[in-house]
Amino acid sequence: MSTIKIRAKERNGSVTVKTLMKHPMETGQRVNKKTGDKFPAHFIQEVIAKANGDEVIVVHWGPAVSKNPYLTFVYNGSKGDKLELTWLDNKGNRDSKTVEVK
Amino acid sequence: MNRRNFLKNSLMTAVALTTLSGLLIKPKSVFAAWPKASFDITNLDESIKSVYGHNDLSETTKVKLKAPDIAENGAIVPINVKTALKNVESIMIFVENNPQPLSSGYNLTSKSLPIIGTRIKMGKTSKIIAAVKSEGKVFSASKEVKVTIGGCGG
Repeated sequence: MSTIKIRAKERNGSVTVKTLMKHPMETGQRVNKKTGDKFPAHFIQEVIAKANGDEVIVVHWGPAVSKNPYLTFVYNGSKGDKLELTWLDNKGNRDSKTVEVK
Repeated sequence: MNRRNFLKNSLMTAVALTTLSGLLIKPKSVFAAWPKASFDITNLDESIKSVYGHNDLSETTKVKLKAPDIAENGAIVPINVKTALKNVESIMIFVENNPQPLSSGYNLTSKSLPIIGTRIKMGKTSKIIAAVKSEGKVFSASKEVKVTIGGCGG
């Protein structure tokens, strides 16, 4: 199952994209109270959005972005654009999803 | 136009077109990799310096930073930034009192509008700074957000 939810809607030539990603966004500073060890950092570092193959926005995130991160952005586009969103985390995991702009 | 010239010309055009398209495509992928050094810095001034090479931010009302006055839960603080400035290259969000002030950066392209929103974690009450790079200059807006329950550590 995809970890990404996207809603992309066009109005007057600009597309508003709202997206939610499922990710723990572990900072590396939280302490496991049972063992006294820190939970290792695990967070999304990069989110890339492409519309019809062209980059629209490249986001760099640190560990201070909330768990199950939310991102919204706006670009000049039109109905029917193929919007592709990809995330990449510090452990090398990635996921991507493509939707059609409504 | 004779045949030889025609061939020569079309060949030249083809070469010119490929170099041109090469040039046009290139800038799209020149965004730097994830800036680990900037994300690791624990001091606000140093953090801003590492991103821009200076910490000369001009505060302006053209940058709109929307954040709550009081965040009941520091683990989820909604932040929205938009600006009327033109040719915006990037938007960065710094949280002064977080362990690492740089929380996130948004590199825009010619297609994107300078409007972004996300949710961040805040350890304690702090000033949030939204910095916008436009035409080589860095503009900013800031806001104090009170945190009643911290969102870092445990």
